Amino acid sequence: MRVMAQVGMVLNLDKCIGCATCSVTCKQTWTNRDGVEYVWFNNVETKPGIGYPKRWEDQSAWRGGWRVDANGRLRLASGGKLKRLSRIFANPDLPTLDDYYDPATYDFDTLLTAPAGDRMPVARPISAITGQPMRLTWGPNWDDDLGGSGRYAADDPDMAAVRDQVRMSFEQTFMFHLPRLCEHCLNPACVASCPSGAMYKRASDGIVLVDQNKCRGWRMCVSACPYKKVYINRLSGKAEKCTFCFPRIEQGVPTVCAETCVGRLRYIGLLLYDADAVGEAAASPGDLVEAQRSVFLDPNDPAVVAQARRDGIGEDWIAAAQASPVWALAMRHKVALPLHPEYRTLPMIWYIPPLSPVLDATSAMGGDSADADDVFHAVANLRIPLEYLAALFADGDADLVAGVLMKLSAMRSHMRCLTTGRVASDDWATRVGSTAEELESLYRLLAVAKMSERYVIPPAHREDAAELAGWTTGCPLDQVAVGRP
Amino acid sequence: MNWSVVLFGVWPYIALAVFVVGHIWRWRCDQLGWTTRTSELSEKRWLMWASPIFHLGMLLVIAGHALGLLVPPAATAALGISETAYHMVAVGAGVTAGLVLAVGVVLLVLRRFILRTRLRLVTRPGDVVVYALAVVVVAFGLWATFAANVAGPGYDYRETIAVWFRSIFYCQPQVDLMASAPWQYQVHVTAAWALIAAWPFSRLVHVWSAPLGYLTRPAIVYREQP
Repeated sequence: MRVMAQVGMVLNLDKCIGCATCSVTCKQTWTNRDGVEYVWFNNVETKPGIGYPKRWEDQSAWRGGWRVDANGRLRLASGGKLKRLSRIFANPDLPTLDDYYDPATYDFDTLLTAPAGDRMPVARPISAITGQPMRLTWGPNWDDDLGGSGRYAADDPDMAAVRDQVRMSFEQTFMFHLPRLCEHCLNPACVASCPSGAMYKRASDGIVLVDQNKCRGWRMCVSACPYKKVYINRLSGKAEKCTFCFPRIEQGVPTVCAETCVGRLRYIGLLLYDADAVGEAAASPGDLVEAQRSVFLDPNDPAVVAQARRDGIGEDWIAAAQASPVWALAMRHKVALPLHPEYRTLPMIWYIPPLSPVLDATSAMGGDSADADDVFHAVANLRIPLEYLAALFADGDADLVAGVLMKLSAMRSHMRCLTTGRVASDDWATRVGSTAEELESLYRLLAVAKMSERYVIPPAHREDAAELAGWTTGCPLDQVAVGRP
Repeated sequence: MNWSVVLFGVWPYIALAVFVVGHIWRWRCDQLGWTTRTSELSEKRWLMWASPIFHLGMLLVIAGHALGLLVPPAATAALGISETAYHMVAVGAGVTAGLVLAVGVVLLVLRRFILRTRLRLVTRPGDVVVYALAVVVVAFGLWATFAANVAGPGYDYRETIAVWFRSIFYCQPQVDLMASAPWQYQVHVTAAWALIAAWPFSRLVHVWSAPLGYLTRPAIVYREQP
């Protein structure tokens, strides 16, 4: 057992209203530069929908992530090392700008310089890349709020799991928002594919970074990442990605996307895991969510704490791991699930699947969406949203998703009993294999938790402060000559 | 001092000095800019053909030049290879490799400068210089070979150009040997030295980063701060 610490995030999708504040604040902080006009380290997609870049989940086209070969060994889906090196001159799996979108701005100068006249001047859309007038025909959230409609849902790769049974009629539509960022995986395919060794996982907190001084622009990481969350700077030709706002995390401050989330749906905390168990979990023949959960170590177990100390993890970090909301939601309550565990990267951004599609359907069927009995009934009968959610979060295991949704529903009913003064029995809790205390603790974390409970981030160690200051004082990107030629 | 001494006796040394000092400077001061500057994001359909053809041609041509320039006739003779046989193989393989390279260059030039607006926007002045030099070097290299060895009676560069090339590294440049070569070869080598001099300041530095270490590296890299 080798204990390592990993910073992770949980997103409660029921609370996401799709406002994209996270995307905008992230963009303003990290990618408002020339060369990365098209890049969104954080973006919000409407699901079902095709996403950004288009159909990023279709790994038969992009060959991202890992696969297990016939001998049970873990291999990058894009092939062995020699095969990938042979494609270094031209990477057939690389998305191009057209797969993302042509970023647009508006010709605002016209508004200021137009001569006096009878008509209002109009700011026409122009390409942020070429500066030429353009027609707006696609964008990173073009299908925003339309994802559930037949037109876009039909092209969603995740719908393949359910499409045979369903004709997307208006009555059957459902949608929810999916904020996406780099997953800071335990088994990152981008790192494994980097020919230069420029990408690395920070040993202290597991944040996956690109060393800009070592990246040589071989662009294998872009196609190897199944989430398409590594990007090429169009002008510098180097890879850039979400940094999990590491300068903020080192200060114990949440990421920009989390702090500015108006729905307060994000949680940040530590998980302790056994680094020696990662390879086996990633190569697991089945039940990938359970395999992923098996690598995490209970921070309250004295044996784990003792080993963590031996492996150089500080007391404050161990305490933070014990108070971690990510541990609570993903491991203790088991309501948070990884996004596409079948990519076998062991992603560390967890999602609490949305109950809202089921609640909507419960109401549509004439049931009471606040009554867990009706919701249980709906969960058991609504194959469409359930199988869709299972394709996203559970490698197709609809029962796993149903269990989470029933637990969330039971929590709602339990709390309704309490707040309306009815006798709070353990009934709801026992039916989902939990206890009243557990459901109330889950409720507290999901509904009323303050910032200090939602973000439990131990600062980087003070004894390293001088070293940290030495390499963060300058923005390394300032030196890139990325001015438009 | 006449022009041939400048071009074939002085210019190579200037180019080599710039090459060496330039690389040291670039490596020490510009790790951030040391990259292939891939443009596949902006354009992929042409690149899928042009880039592999170009790089394959380039590797073949470099290998051919190493053989032709660095291996003296005595060595091949000692291996029992007759001059005629060597000549046939060298011209045949050389022209083939040169044509592959030329196709690659033409496709890359078309792609970058004729077809795609987006590519013109990511093209820097340094790229234009390298592309221009590459076109000159390849065009005159092929022309010289065709003129002398395919259409013409044959020209034994191993007794002249190769000797001159090696003499540069002995620091006793035999300028007269190069000055007596056909003029297409003279343009070829002069532009080639210019390409050598431009190398450290261009994207060509990515050659030195060919990621062979990747084959032996563990998959997941853990480390602390850079």
